[in-house]
Amino acid sequence: MMELNTTNQVDVLEDERKKVYETIQYIVIRLGDEQYGIDIRNIDNIVRMQHITRVPKMPAYLKGVINMRGEVIPVMSMRLMMNLAEDEVTKTTRIIVLKLEQEGNVGFIVDEVKEVVSLSVNNIEKVNNNSKDEKTDLISAVGKHNGELISLVDLSAINFEDN
Amino acid sequence: MDVSQYLEIFLDETKEHLQNLNTQILELESDPENMDTINEIFRAAHSLKGMAGTMGFKRMQNLTHDMENVFSEVRTGNIKVQPEMIDVLFQCLDALEEYTDNIQTSANEGTNDNEILIRQLNDILNGVNGSNQTEEAVAVSDAPVGGEKWNDIVLEDSQLAVLKEAKKQGKKVYGLNVVVEAGCVLKAARAFLVFKAVEEIAEIVVSVPVAQEVEEEKFDRDFTLIVLTEAGLEDLVKAAESVSEIEKVLGGEIDLDQPRPEKNAQKAQEPVSPKEEKAPQTPVPVQEAVKPAAGTAQKQAPAGGRKQAPAKPVVNRTVRVDIEKLDSLMNLVSELIIAKNSLVSASSQDQTKMNGSFNEHIEYLESVTTNLHESVMKVRMVPIESVVNKFPRMIRDLSKKLNKKMELYMTGEETELDRTVVDEIGDPLMHLLRNSADHGLESAEIRAERGKDPVGSIFLDAYQDGNNVVIEVRDDGNGIDVDKVRAKAIERGTITQAQAANMSDKDIINLLFLPSFSTAKEVTDVSGRGVGLDVVKSKIESLSGEVEVKSTLGEGSTWTIRLPLTLAIIQALMVVVGDEKYAISLGCIQILEDLSPSDIKLVQNKEVIHLRGTVIPLIRLNEVLDVESSRSQDDNLIVVIVKKGDQQVGLVVDELIGQQEIVIKPLGKYMKQCKFISGATILGDGEIALILDTNALI
Repeated sequence: MMELNTTNQVDVLEDERKKVYETIQYIVIRLGDEQYGIDIRNIDNIVRMQHITRVPKMPAYLKGVINMRGEVIPVMSMRLMMNLAEDEVTKTTRIIVLKLEQEGNVGFIVDEVKEVVSLSVNNIEKVNNNSKDEKTDLISAVGKHNGELISLVDLSAINFEDN
Repeated sequence: MDVSQYLEIFLDETKEHLQNLNTQILELESDPENMDTINEIFRAAHSLKGMAGTMGFKRMQNLTHDMENVFSEVRTGNIKVQPEMIDVLFQCLDALEEYTDNIQTSANEGTNDNEILIRQLNDILNGVNGSNQTEEAVAVSDAPVGGEKWNDIVLEDSQLAVLKEAKKQGKKVYGLNVVVEAGCVLKAARAFLVFKAVEEIAEIVVSVPVAQEVEEEKFDRDFTLIVLTEAGLEDLVKAAESVSEIEKVLGGEIDLDQPRPEKNAQKAQEPVSPKEEKAPQTPVPVQEAVKPAAGTAQKQAPAGGRKQAPAKPVVNRTVRVDIEKLDSLMNLVSELIIAKNSLVSASSQDQTKMNGSFNEHIEYLESVTTNLHESVMKVRMVPIESVVNKFPRMIRDLSKKLNKKMELYMTGEETELDRTVVDEIGDPLMHLLRNSADHGLESAEIRAERGKDPVGSIFLDAYQDGNNVVIEVRDDGNGIDVDKVRAKAIERGTITQAQAANMSDKDIINLLFLPSFSTAKEVTDVSGRGVGLDVVKSKIESLSGEVEVKSTLGEGSTWTIRLPLTLAIIQALMVVVGDEKYAISLGCIQILEDLSPSDIKLVQNKEVIHLRGTVIPLIRLNEVLDVESSRSQDDNLIVVIVKKGDQQVGLVVDELIGQQEIVIKPLGKYMKQCKFISGATILGDGEIALILDTNALI
């Protein structure tokens, strides 16, 4: 009986510890007025906007390809994927390069890369993807940070084949 | 000792030795007295044995050891080379190849002991040293040979029922006793042939010993069969006797109503059977002692092998490189370092002096990188020899299987291709060769009728043609019967009658490349299932190559495969469409034309040009690629004439930049939707240009 109790206590303590320590780092990006967070573990690289070579006969959100250190990688417009207006290239526009397990590296155009935030697990709330809206489909959870809400985007979940 | 680090080398060398053995044994078959060949075979087998032993592959070692013994006897002149022996040797090579494949996929040689082969090898050996016969053979030979043994066979109830039923249907039941010649080297093979011959006209119901034991040579000199047939006894006996080295065949009708011997009674009467039943347990050949439970292992082997098949190969693919090529690479790299150093020192000099020397260094650097690139490409190139070398053996086997006489002539085995291409080209070539052997070449009788050499010829020629390598498979057989293909296509609903009437012979022949289109009247296991040619075509196209066929009825066909020298780097023409740059592979460009807009004619509302007697359709690239042309309507047109096979098309571009060597990069998964872009390349300024796949445009 005693033994059982102690193991239980240890388990509880472990859980508590995990809750405190398990934080995920997100890169906060801006699209228009909204802020999105992308899991930093998926990110390979962030580069300045550069010339994108258009590939004909592709859906609009597939902007084309860029050369990153000798590798040809496709670039997509995050704005168009979120059903926002066409990108306007400014000084702050960046291409975030993600490494996806299946498809290799893919670049996403964003308006601005703001900061890196650490969110502990209990500050993240999952959202249900019941709506048919594609925009919300990409958002897997919402994180709270300094009183602001950040939509967390799970880009690895995007199924490009459908488009 | 940990030998895993040598696995790659072992595999490489084993494959080389096996290939060598294949070639040499083929040579031996046509020239059995050639001492050089025999010595070469002996050496190869010896090294194989040594290597397998060092690596701890016992089964492989055993098999090669026995092969070596045979070669050694052949070398000393104790054994004469016989066709049966060649067959066994080839089977041994196949078995060794299987071991090698197993090792490659799982680092383990597998569990197949290939007992039969080892026994056959030993039999070849024993054929010489008659006194050294195995205990088993001596023991069993006490038994009487021949006689009407079928009357002594115990029939199971079910077998009896089958026989009676058949008899009711009018079939006859015969007993056959086949005695093999005393000096016969390959009893099992002979017996197998007898089985085959008998099976053609009759159904074998009972065999004593059972068929498997006969195949494993677990019988002395005779075996007994009970068969069902509609044919007469004479035909049966004749069929069995037609196999060589069969001493005599005794036959007689069986009366089923006659009382058959009881099981235990037979044991007393027949000394043969019990001994034969015991035979599997007697540890006769040395090999058996080494590997117990061989019988079960053999049965498990195929299943185990299949399970392992999808596993990742344990070794990486390698390219063996000529040391000279590496030396030149090394030299170039050192030059590159010198060039870099001189650039560093130039940059630290003061500005005025710098400009002149700077350019000089850049030029130097450029020439070094160009050479470096060429050298690296050469390292990737391997002669197609490694692929085509296995074909003579295949043709030999096919010739036996199809019962047609044919000879394969190869030229240009030294032609070099990119390693990736060489690896892939084997299957399509094999398909085409099989096709030629099976459908192309006529049987010897028809050939004689047509006044051709009864031995059919298949040619495999490889040569370099500009930036391409051409491989031709040619035969002097029947050629493609266009009318037959046409009829078949209509019958299959591939084309309509009206379409067929309008199609040229060439177009009709091209129908053969469509999926599931086969004109072979009979489906054989060699070819003729209609899955061959479309696979060939798609494979070759995936290698950016093309395949063509020319055929004259009655004279033969020529299949031409054209492949780019290398897949990674191509010569390309850079063009501008709108404000975008595109690359077109130089290999498919025929000519560049500067035309005035008035040269364009309209045919069926499509733009064409008339150029030196040919009408060539025009494709305006800016329309295909959805960009605004930078030229006005009245400007002259720059037309790049490209070809795909015999078809020509003119591509209208806005500007020409020039010829450039480009490195092909894949576009990745997302961009696959665009069919006419085959890849991308990175230009000198870091910008990306897309590569147009003109084949997809036409």
